[in-house]
Formats: sequence, C-alpha cells, structure tokens
Amino acid sequence: MPDYCPSPSYRELLQRRATMYAQIRQFFAERNVLEVETPIFSESGNTDPAISSVIADFSYASEKRSDIRYAHTSPEFPMKRLLANGSGAIYQICKVFRKEESGRLHNPEFSMLEWYRPGLKYHQLMDEITELLKMLGVASAVERVSYAELFQLHLKLDVLNASVDDLKNCARKSGLDVVGFDDDYDAWSSMLLANLIEPELGKDKPFFVYDYPLSQAALANTCEENNVAERFELYINGVEIANGYQELTDAEVYRCRFEQDNKKRKASGLPEIKIDMRLLNDLKSGFPDSSGVALGLDRLLMAITGAVRISDVLSFDFHNI
Amino acid sequence: MATYSTSEFKSGMKIMQDGDPCTIVENEFVKPGKGQAFSRVKIKNLKTGRVVDRTFKSGESVEAADVMETELQYLYTDGEFWNFMDAETFEQIAADATAVGDSYKWLKEQDMITVTLWNGVPIAITPANFVNLTVTETDPGLKGDTASGGGKPATLETGAVVRVPLFIEIGELLKIDTRSGEYVSRAKD
Repeated sequence: MPDYCPSPSYRELLQRRATMYAQIRQFFAERNVLEVETPIFSESGNTDPAISSVIADFSYASEKRSDIRYAHTSPEFPMKRLLANGSGAIYQICKVFRKEESGRLHNPEFSMLEWYRPGLKYHQLMDEITELLKMLGVASAVERVSYAELFQLHLKLDVLNASVDDLKNCARKSGLDVVGFDDDYDAWSSMLLANLIEPELGKDKPFFVYDYPLSQAALANTCEENNVAERFELYINGVEIANGYQELTDAEVYRCRFEQDNKKRKASGLPEIKIDMRLLNDLKSGFPDSSGVALGLDRLLMAITGAVRISDVLSFDFHNI
Repeated sequence: MATYSTSEFKSGMKIMQDGDPCTIVENEFVKPGKGQAFSRVKIKNLKTGRVVDRTFKSGESVEAADVMETELQYLYTDGEFWNFMDAETFEQIAADATAVGDSYKWLKEQDMITVTLWNGVPIAITPANFVNLTVTETDPGLKGDTASGGGKPATLETGAVVRVPLFIEIGELLKIDTRSGEYVSRAKD
C-alpha cells in the first residue's frame, strides 16, 4: 500500500475546518447553548419562493403509496419545534441543501450553523455573533447599519418608501444594464444591493445590515411602527455570511406567511410546498420570545482563510463528487 | 429557434444580444439567501469587440447565436475581400474589411487562420498567435550589434511595420507575436 501523504495545503484546509468547528462547539458549551441534531428529510418543506428544495424518494418499491420528502434548506422548523417544546437555547451544525444554487459563492449542499436564543433580542444576538467572530479571530468589531441607512448612504435612495420606478431609475442612473426584473420591488432592491452596495460593504471590516423592508420579512417579526422587519444579515468582505431574525412567535402569522409564499409560488409557476402543520401545532403550545440566526460555515471558513471561491474550502465540491 | 436559460450560461457560449452575435466572457451566479437569484454576465459583441456587463434575472432565456469557429486557409485579397478556403472541401469564403479588421497585417498566403462565422458569414478572424514573416524593407543592419536596445522599424511582406533589433536585414524571416504586434526572434523556415 502506498504511503498516505496529503498535500500540506489540503491537510491545512481540513485542519482549519476542524479547528473552526472545535472553537464553535467550545463557544456554545461555555454559554450553555445545547448542541442538537434534527432530521434532514421532512414531509413538509420550505415555502420561500426564492429557495428550491431537493426532493428525495423514500417510497417502498412494493407499495403504491409514495413517500416523497424534502431535504431541509435549513434546520429552522424542527429546531423551532424543539424550542416550542421547552429545549431552551440550542444550536446545530449540519449540511443543508438548495437546488439551483451553484457558483463562486454557492454549492448546492453546504454547511450551516444555526442557533436560537430564547430571551435575547435580535441586537443582543448580533452582540453574540460578534463575540463568536472575535473568538474565531475573524473580527474584533462589527459595524451595524440599517437597510434604509445603507441605501441612503450608497445610493441616496429612500428605499423603504421608494416605488419600483424609483428603483429602476436608480439602476439606470448607476449605469446598470438589467434584463427581466419586471415590477418586482424585492427583486429590484436586492439586485441593487448585490450589484452596487455589496461590493463596497465591509471590505476592511464585517457589517450587520438590519431592519429590512416589510416585504422581505421572511419569518422575522415585523415592527409596524417603524415599517420594518426585524431581520439582519452579516456581511464579511461584501459576502453574505448569516441571516437572523427576531423570531415570529404567533402560529397564525406563520401560517399566513406560508400561505402568502405559496400564492407567490403559484403566480410564478413554481410548485407549491406542503405547509408544516406539525410546526404550526407545536408553535401553538407556546413559542418563547427568541432570536435566531443561520450562518454559512463554508463562507465563514472562506473569510478565515482568505479563499475567494467556496470550492476552495470544500473537501470536494459538487462538480467533483 | 434555440434558446439558452440563465442556468445554462457559461463562458464561451454564443448568444444573440441587441441583434448582434455575442459570446459570454464571464458568468457569475448571484443569490441573496432570501431573495431573487440572478446572473451577472460579461458579454462580448463578436462584431464590434465591445464588452458590456449585463444582469439577467434567473430563469430568463436568450436566443442562441449560430456562431462557429473554423480553421481556414488564407488565399489572397483583391483589396476589397480577403478569400479563405476550407482545406478539406475546397469551399471558398470571402471576408470583408469589417470582419478582417486590423488582422490583415498578419495574413500570409497559405497560412491557417481561425475564422468566426455567424450564419455562415465571416464576422471576425484570428491569426495564429505567432507568424513568420519576411522583412521587405528596413535600414541597413549594424554589424556587431546583437543586443542593444532601441531598434528600428521594419516593413514585412504583409505590409505590417514592426520594431526590430538593429542587426536585422532585408530578406530575413522573423517570428512575430500577432497579439502584441511585437518581434519575437529570427525564424528558421
């Protein structure tokens, strides 16, 4: 048998991921946040129209009844069921799966760190994320800027009160050449953010962007008074690393959001997704005031190692396995 | 009519944009965690050579361009057209000045040239990276000067003028880099 002799850089890469995971586990152990594991495959899935789920077939060959399951796109729903059942603060490190996402910063399966903190407000959760980044040596401080401030600062645009035409004008004035965005406010605003602002964001330091337009609430709590959703994102070197919420607590509001998602899916010709009734039932039994965040570990490792492609931090990327 | 969806985009793909055949130089998939996916694409117009950045919403489709590159032998020019031949079928194709552009300077009869065809018509030509051309005119060579800087202009058999070292003389065969238009070395035929 030949001697096993990995290249030093390859071995170093494996080592850095292992070290990062060990540090993360130590970080949560010190804070009494419990590591949990939840199933990957579920009968119901993520209704978010912008996310496409991988489907797995668990049917028995001998039975006519089919058993089709969705691979999770994040462990959010079962973790929320644990919270509703009194788990207290929890975290999970797992692989998640998203169809149609492949590129310099995307791999259809990727590693996620997701955690929930009952009793913490979303700005306090941002504090905790900052502590984690400090421990990992990624950053000593993280600036915060609201979504509205960000657009005002970079594009001189009052984005929360802007019409779709305002967004189109802004794109035109900035010299963007754009095809196919129709009259979708959210598509235009996130395109402006990605094309014009993100390249400037956090070049020398990480940034939290917080308080998103109501139409981009996803599953975050909304603050009608300020006309925003209590949602935040972490950017490092202009790359989106994490997405967090002040969590919704009311099962009925969850149901409304899921149904709205499915309406949007139907309108865009996308398949509707079976709503997670088990989640809704568990939420009814009492979901604690919490904040939660999902963080992409491969991209975090990119920030730690200075890699520019996600494939540079994976043992084997999607096209190599 | 063949079309490509944004998910099929990759560099080198030939598509129609603004009525002209284009090639995708670079394609980046962009997707916010919670939001619309799109493709940020660098597109080169094959007729004008101009490169633009364009953002396509994911799921958009574009018309494919019937563009192919073929190796043809350069035959001759009549001043208005440059004539090429398929060495296997002996079929002849004429390219106009717009398609040939500045590359006429490197076209030597019998050389194999990459010709880009759109719907069967030449729209661009690419000579080999290196060609060997004979000097037809230059100031007399300086004996003993083999390496000094400076140099002098020399006219080649195709009419191209390049800077050459002082020791080069009329009738010598030179290796030229067609991408930079620079002298590389003396060539052996």
